[in-house]
Amino acid sequence: MNFNKIYALGLRHLYLIMNSFPRVLDLIYWPTVQIFLWGFISKFFTLNSEYYNNTVGVILTAAILYDFLFRASISFNMMFLEEIWSRNFTNLFIAPIKIREIITALTLTAILRTLIGLVPAVLIAIPLFGVSVLNLGVPLIFLLLALYLFGVTLGLLVTSGLLRYGPSFENIAWASLFFLAPLGCIYYPIEILPTTLQIIAEALPLVHIFEEMRSILMNNTVNYLNIIKSIAISVIYFVFGVIIFYFSYFGAKKRGTLMNMGE
Amino acid sequence: MFIEIKNLSKIYNKYLAVDKINFHLEKDKTIGLLGPNGCGKTTTIGMMLGLVTPSSGEILIENKNLNSFGRDEILKRFNFASPYVELPKKLTVRQNLEIYGRLYGIKDLKKRIHEISNDLEIKEFFERKTGELSSGQKNRVSLAKSLINKPEILLLDEPTASLDPDIGDFIRSYIQEYKSKNKVTVLLASHNMSEVERLCDSIIMMRKGKIIDQGTCVDLIKKHGRNNLEETFLKLARSQDEF
Repeated sequence: MNFNKIYALGLRHLYLIMNSFPRVLDLIYWPTVQIFLWGFISKFFTLNSEYYNNTVGVILTAAILYDFLFRASISFNMMFLEEIWSRNFTNLFIAPIKIREIITALTLTAILRTLIGLVPAVLIAIPLFGVSVLNLGVPLIFLLLALYLFGVTLGLLVTSGLLRYGPSFENIAWASLFFLAPLGCIYYPIEILPTTLQIIAEALPLVHIFEEMRSILMNNTVNYLNIIKSIAISVIYFVFGVIIFYFSYFGAKKRGTLMNMGE
Repeated sequence: MFIEIKNLSKIYNKYLAVDKINFHLEKDKTIGLLGPNGCGKTTTIGMMLGLVTPSSGEILIENKNLNSFGRDEILKRFNFASPYVELPKKLTVRQNLEIYGRLYGIKDLKKRIHEISNDLEIKEFFERKTGELSSGQKNRVSLAKSLINKPEILLLDEPTASLDPDIGDFIRSYIQEYKSKNKVTVLLASHNMSEVERLCDSIIMMRKGKIIDQGTCVDLIKKHGRNNLEETFLKLARSQDEF
């Protein structure tokens, strides 16, 4: 791994953000709107639901964590799409950079984009709704790690689709997370799902992450086994995502799509 | 022999884009790759750059198969410029050169960027976003990017396409001057026959994925009994025969 090259790719996306104030605004705008929306919904449920009463902020915390996953995945996709939109694909893939360095650069840079968008929203939630994700304590770090790995995995799968099918796959990039959201049991316990879907949901890290989050906030108990399980599942998916990416890359070379990938 | 292309073919689904071509590039020479649109020039360049996997045949660099080199090991010796491939539009010229300089692992990058931007006269729009530049300016920036690593093998795909005569001449003069000062092997795909005559030591003519003739400009013009390369190109492109 050459970290100078990884840094160079990261710098390319950092410059892109720094050069455009509307881009920064766009990164911050959507998470903030989400926080407002879920903040009010959360407040309503806290006052009117038996399940959520006395547990202020469970829904809002879930919304923040879900948005973290969403932003991580979208950031990864966006950085790849930027290369397609700017018709820079050929230049990137003829540069002496290994594919694993490209994946590492996108993975590391995605966190930056995610945090630019989410940190202001998280800070707003503290005075406005009296909710802080920091209430989750040390387990928060591990939950974020599992979410991040899974978010990047989804990004890898979508970018693999972009390599395989070209820019027409772009719409799938936006839809991918909404497809998984119902199975993620973000706002409700897994028991709500039909039995068959519960089996599928169990195979996703999201269920374990959000179940654990609710357990910490509602029962004040931490089950590290559950957290380890969620990280382990995320790692397995991540490795799978990397393998699929490599397959798509070699497939794209065979089809010659790297040569003229563009809008 | 520096680069040798042996029986190279590429089939996309059932479409034969490149059909068992053979040619070689001598070190530090400029070779023109000519042929009508869709004749397989870009696919050939793509295979040489490792962007397209050949269906059969091999590319040898100093008698070693291209596939036996590590991706970063071989690509740092190459570079490529084409008006159809752009640099990130929202980044300034300086930022783009900095990023590609880093990706190519250039030591003393500031000095190299300074040198190349002076030579190609891009300093005046150094801090402008690449997407805001004119075609001529973009082509010069693209050429600067392609020379940032002082490549041993430079692949140019129509470097002066859609440029006004003045800028086109500037680019051609620069390539000539650069070649006189640096050791570089150039493969130039172009539809501009006067450019090819001016820059190339020899020519490879392609049609329908095949090489139909090759030689020096003078030899080809003489062989086909024409007055200039343009007439020779037209004869070869329209003919159904192989030569």
